[in-house]
Amino acid sequence: MLGRLFSLFLLLLLADALAACGQPPPEQSGGRGGATVAEATGGGETTSEETTVSEPLVPGEGNLIVYSGRTEDLVGPLMEQFEERSGIDVRVRYGDTAELAATILEEGENSPADLFFAQDPGALGALAEEGRLRPLPREVLDRVDGRFRSPEGLWVGTSGRARVVVYNTEELEPSELPDSIYGFTDPEWEGRIGWAPTNGSFQAFVTALRVLEGEERARAWLEGIQANDPGVYPDNSSIVQAVGAGEVDVGFVNHYYVFRAIEEQGEDFPARNHFLKDGDPGALVLAAGTGILDTAENPEAARQFIRYLLSEEAQQYFADETYEYPLVEGVEPAEGLPPLSEIESPRIDLSDLSDLEGTLELLRETGAL
Amino acid sequence: MSAGRATAERKAAGRPPPPVVLLPALLVAAAMLLPPAYLAIRAFERGPGEVAEVLLDPETLAVLGRSALLAGVVTAAAVAVAVPLAWLTVRTDLPGRRTWAVLAALPLVIPSYVGGFVLVSALGPRGMLQGALEPLGVERLPEIYGFPGAALALTLFTYPYVLLTARSALRGVDPALEEASRNLGRGPWETFFRVTLPQMRPGIAAGAILVALYTLSDFGVVSLLQYDTFSREIYIQYRSAFDRTPAAVLGLMLVALAAAVLALEGRTRGRAAYHRSSAGASRPPAVVRLGRWRWPALLFCGAVVTLALAAPVGVLLFWLVRGLVGGESLQPLWVAAANSVVAASLAAAATTLGALPVAALSARHPGVMAASLERLAYLGYALPGIALALSLVFFGANYAPALYQTLAMLIFAYAVHFMPQAVGATRSALLQIKPSVEEAAHGLGRGRVMTLATVSVPLAAPGILAGAALVFLTTLKELPATLLLSPTGFETLATRIWSATGDAFFARAAAPALLLIAISALPMYLLTIRERVR
Repeated sequence: MLGRLFSLFLLLLLADALAACGQPPPEQSGGRGGATVAEATGGGETTSEETTVSEPLVPGEGNLIVYSGRTEDLVGPLMEQFEERSGIDVRVRYGDTAELAATILEEGENSPADLFFAQDPGALGALAEEGRLRPLPREVLDRVDGRFRSPEGLWVGTSGRARVVVYNTEELEPSELPDSIYGFTDPEWEGRIGWAPTNGSFQAFVTALRVLEGEERARAWLEGIQANDPGVYPDNSSIVQAVGAGEVDVGFVNHYYVFRAIEEQGEDFPARNHFLKDGDPGALVLAAGTGILDTAENPEAARQFIRYLLSEEAQQYFADETYEYPLVEGVEPAEGLPPLSEIESPRIDLSDLSDLEGTLELLRETGAL
Repeated sequence: MSAGRATAERKAAGRPPPPVVLLPALLVAAAMLLPPAYLAIRAFERGPGEVAEVLLDPETLAVLGRSALLAGVVTAAAVAVAVPLAWLTVRTDLPGRRTWAVLAALPLVIPSYVGGFVLVSALGPRGMLQGALEPLGVERLPEIYGFPGAALALTLFTYPYVLLTARSALRGVDPALEEASRNLGRGPWETFFRVTLPQMRPGIAAGAILVALYTLSDFGVVSLLQYDTFSREIYIQYRSAFDRTPAAVLGLMLVALAAAVLALEGRTRGRAAYHRSSAGASRPPAVVRLGRWRWPALLFCGAVVTLALAAPVGVLLFWLVRGLVGGESLQPLWVAAANSVVAASLAAAATTLGALPVAALSARHPGVMAASLERLAYLGYALPGIALALSLVFFGANYAPALYQTLAMLIFAYAVHFMPQAVGATRSALLQIKPSVEEAAHGLGRGRVMTLATVSVPLAAPGILAGAALVFLTTLKELPATLLLSPTGFETLATRIWSATGDAFFARAAAPALLLIAISALPMYLLTIRERVR
């Protein structure tokens, strides 16, 4: 009897789905993207994009397909703003940056994507190396400092993220923290460090360490930290949580995670950022960025989108909402952040950070991975 | 069963399968071959040198050992937790046994990326539990990271596979056998171990194999709890090197490991009969009265449910409330929820349909052919989701561009991934039907297919539905294939949870995670309280 009920329940759902496929697309009014099965199920959300479940979108004029390694929570509002301004219909596939890069490589010439919006330059570099990105116009590239774009003009940074040491304020005073990343190899830090060797930003930092200090010094640093028995975390946010909980006292992360934790858990969240000094590799500034694919059906729409990301409005959004550094002149970072010019970051081009292979090798050899 | 009849039935079973069963089974098997085929293409594209390099790396061997150890321990622990739970909730007068059955099965729907996270925030060295114990002078709890934490988390979130299959097996056990054993003077314990448990074996094995393979494939728990397995290595390769060759070699090794696990399971399959042997109508077995044992039994159920369900739900509620107090606003989730339910329902239907010929072949025409096809259906289950998703990206974009990133393609991906769940449940249900019933229908002039459709499937309906429900529930939380293969802009509850946790917005992750558990509760309820179909 109940088995029949369950089948009935499934049938009902199926009917809903089919009904939804036949729905005319609702009017666009911004709001969250998504297929609109809800229309049929009486979900009553009228602010969704028009994707009916059954029709794949044909790439071409008047629309733009973006593969975004940055999450919808962070960049969704920008997509909507751009749609409103330009009248271009944006379809976004959200996912992990590296997985989307692998997806684009697997799709080959049949990739539906026009534009790739990445968390880190590594993934963009990998696509550039495979010849999958188109050159960007000079005026677009010139909006950001040379440090934050590809030398061949294949991708451009859209927001900056500084590497910092996050520390527990109940356990430590800022004055007790070293000014160099090498200070943490001291035995006094044993059992007090958290890191995330699988994280893309961390790996970019290790690559920078190899470029700036040489292979042996980089190895020595990794072995020194390993000797201090660090806590291994899957990502930046886990490290910040662990530091806040006092599980470890310090962690190597990007600067904006602690701001998000404070926003969600209140001012008394006991963790803050410490910036390293004197061009220390640990004070590296990375960038999230974007590039146009060689398979783009609609490169002009993609260029317009990049122009929008580098507009003052979008840059202000990054500053206020994601706590990242705007990369365009004249837009100030969020309150509580030192200006980009004051961070004593090392002199290095992000495009020099392409040797991820070597970094992985080193992380493996030292037992960090 | 008399010797003469046994031979007759064995002969019937050995008959070559009719093409109407064989051909669809072959088709399903071909679909199952796509992920391994893709891995082979990627692994060997730069010659055997690269493959050898990964294979000969001593670290690879260590990872292999760690993965096998974890799978073994988690499987044993899951069986040890689930079999007593199944027996208590099916056969005894445990107070509130139906409620316990539903609650104990629900941890199945908690995504491992949420469960692992919750476990860390609750039981970490300075987690919530430590906070509660602080007044008692507890400064730090012992490390849960590494093997113990990973094994604990995976056991808590996978034992329901065994619970579900063991419960339906237990329902199918003929009480006449147990009564005969008791009449021969065996005590209740001996009867349980010598009669009931062996009869439940195919059901338990069907669940156990899912637990073992799931453990090999899981990435969420092992990455959060810092234990390095094949799956984690594969993800590291895909995520940081953009070099798909080493990942593919590791993936193939994982497939080989899965094949070894399956061979091991195959060795333990005897030639026993699992269907009723007596004439007459089947009837429900007598209820075991627990008496004084009621309290330890309740304590056991309570402890499991607290750890595996109440703790995660509690932590999610805490995040939600903390976020709301902090001024977070609730986002509407209707679209995501509706998409989740539709995709999961379609996946359940498609997977069950595909599983039927494979299971029928394996249950009714055992042999080398049936065994290999059935094993094939299981192989992809041990692969981490990302490897499976990328294999379908590769074949879809390049060989079926019209279907690529459509709902149909997504459902296909789910079916390839979750096929073993439906095959296992369907196979053990078919095994509990007496072949002579089918023979009778056939002898009365019904064709093989008609017999299957009108006699076997209705009789096996509870098991088949259990498989469908299992697919429905696991599809709800599937992530990698959903992200890469769904129609662009198609969001589900799982993608919403992922999006929020990725940016450390725990409050935003809590609402869709709680809704996912709530949506799962209804099918789980129907699945667990369904009485035997008579």
